[in-house]
This record gives sequence, C-alpha cells and structure tokens, in this order.
Amino acid sequence: MLNIVWPIFIIISFSYGIFSGNLENLNSSVFNSVNGAINLSISLLGTMCLWCGIMQIASKTSIMDKLTKILKPLIRIIFPKLNKKIEKEISMNMIANILGLGNAATPLGLKAMQSMQKENPKKHELTNSMAMFIIINTASIQIIPTTVIAIRNSMGSSNPTSIVFPIWIASIITATFRSSINKNFYKNG
Amino acid sequence: MQLVNFISNLAMPLVILIIVVYGVVEKAKIFDNFLEGAKEGIKITISIFPTLIGLFVAVGALRSSGILDLIINFVTPMLNVINFPKEIMPLAMLRPISGSSSIAIATDIMKNYGVDSQIGIIASTIMGSTETTLYTIAIYTGCVKIKKIRFVLAVALITDVIGIVISVLVCRIMS
Repeated sequence: MLNIVWPIFIIISFSYGIFSGNLENLNSSVFNSVNGAINLSISLLGTMCLWCGIMQIASKTSIMDKLTKILKPLIRIIFPKLNKKIEKEISMNMIANILGLGNAATPLGLKAMQSMQKENPKKHELTNSMAMFIIINTASIQIIPTTVIAIRNSMGSSNPTSIVFPIWIASIITATFRSSINKNFYKNG
Repeated sequence: MQLVNFISNLAMPLVILIIVVYGVVEKAKIFDNFLEGAKEGIKITISIFPTLIGLFVAVGALRSSGILDLIINFVTPMLNVINFPKEIMPLAMLRPISGSSSIAIATDIMKNYGVDSQIGIIASTIMGSTETTLYTIAIYTGCVKIKKIRFVLAVALITDVIGIVISVLVCRIMS
C-alpha cells in the first residue's frame, strides 16, 4: 500500500514546493522530520518494552483461560454454528486484541481463519462467520490503548492516560455498529 | 469529567497490578517473562523505525510545501456542513490505509495543535478506537487464499467513517 501512497506524497509535495517557491521551508522540514522520527522512537522504546513485558507475564498465567470463559456467551451469540475448537481459537484472538497484544492476536486470528476454512463448503468464498470474524478484527477494542498512551507521553502530555475512557466508549459504540451492519449484510445477500 | 479522568488513570495501574499479582500467586517466573516480552518490544520499535523516518519526511513535506493546506481548503466547505474539525482530515483519510503513517500523522497533529487540546484528544481517540482496516482484511483473507470477500471491504470502510465521526462526537461531549 505504501509503495503507492509514499511516492505520491513525495512527488506532489516536492514539486508543489518547488513551483510555489516554498523551498526554504521544505528543506528545513526534511531535517526536522528526521529528528522528530528519532525522538519519537526513543520515547516509544521505553513504553513498548514495558507493555510487551507486562503482557508476556499475563500470557503465562491462567488469566487467559479465565477470560476465555467469560467471553464464551458473547461468542455463541456472534458466531452461531461453530465447533468448540474454533470457538476457543476465536476467543483467544479476541482476548489478545482486548489486552492490546497485537502481535499475539494476529497469529491466533489466522489460526482461527484456517480452522474455519476447513469447514467452509465453498473454498474460495468467505463464510458468514469468517466475514464477521474479519470485521471484528478490523475494530479495535483494547483495555489499555498502549500505543496511543506511548505517543501522548512522548509528546509531553500533562495526562497521557486521559483518553482511555473516551476510547472505550468510542470503540464499543463503533464495534456494535460494525457487527450489526455486517449481520444485516449477510441476511440480505 | 473528574470521573472520566479517574477511570482513565485507574486502568493502567490496575491492569499491571492484577497481572503481577496473578503471576506471583501462580508462581510464574515473572521477571524472566517480563524480560522476554520487553525484548520483543525493542524488536517492534526497531521494526517500525524505518517506516517512521520515511513517513515523517513525506508528511513533513506535505505540510511544509503548502499542498496540504490547498487540499484542506478545498474540502473544508463540505466538512463545515457536518461541523467536522478539518485538522483531523489527513488522519481520517489515512487511518484505514496504513497503521504506521497514521501514527506519524496523529503525532504530527498532536505536535501542531497540542497533545491536550481538543484536536489532540480527538486524534488520540481515533487512533485508539480504529484499526488499519485494509491491512487486516488483506492478511486475514490472504492466509486462507480467498479472493471472494463479498461485502467485507464495504462494511469495513463504512464503519470506519462511522467510527471516526463517533470519536469526534464522544470527545466533544466529554470535554
């Protein structure tokens, strides 16, 4: 994707800058941007390490199993007609998402997709459950939005965690929209 | 507002506390696990660094050359109709396409308008409550080699728009 977007950005902005005579700004912005990227990465490094460490501890305790049990009724409603193995894989993926373990969530999600594909009668078309599963993964539901907090902290926010509650509200409303719009779509076609 | 702040501030310490206490009770090798995860954190940060450099330069050029203002002036009349903050527009357009470039743009917005300003808070909320839709769809359908994805892309993009509008509304109501 960026193979297309990045050159477009560079070409239109550099040529516009040259033609509009905005060269001085353009030159200094290149160096400012590079420094900005370095500063951001250094402060991101600390928060990323802390959270990846904490989440690694979580993944080795029984918290994961307990959360899976809590999620079970919800999964039965969203995904009817699935066997127990797939149910478990889906809930592991959702829990990893909720805990903000993006790197763990993706492999777990792909495993669930493959299990669903095995039961799929039309091998080159998504089933309703698969479609719903992808749509849910395009929503972001996290207890701790770590990346955003890390960025806000690196920008010198006076209260980096103040956005946690608004993010919960916004993502719950959006996820509800997502699943209900999706359900309507597969009823009709 | 005080309650909102309290819940927001409570979330992080509480999650860390619960996880560490669980680890102690179940006699996991807590610090070894912590180190293992933290090393993963270094890898992730290093892996996004080149993307950040590339995108910061590109986004910086978009802004400093004046072309972004030109585009924004062009769409502002439409945004004013629905009272949508035009400063958020670049983020709203890139969020579904690329995770790393939306991080770069969100950071840029926070730097220019202030992290704790309403615009900064809206940008943070959009970042936290949405995902990189196109990337997710690509890898999830790619892993089972399915090309016929039916209505999934349409539903995802429609709800991305809804998600961004909801983020703006939630921030306006809460602050």
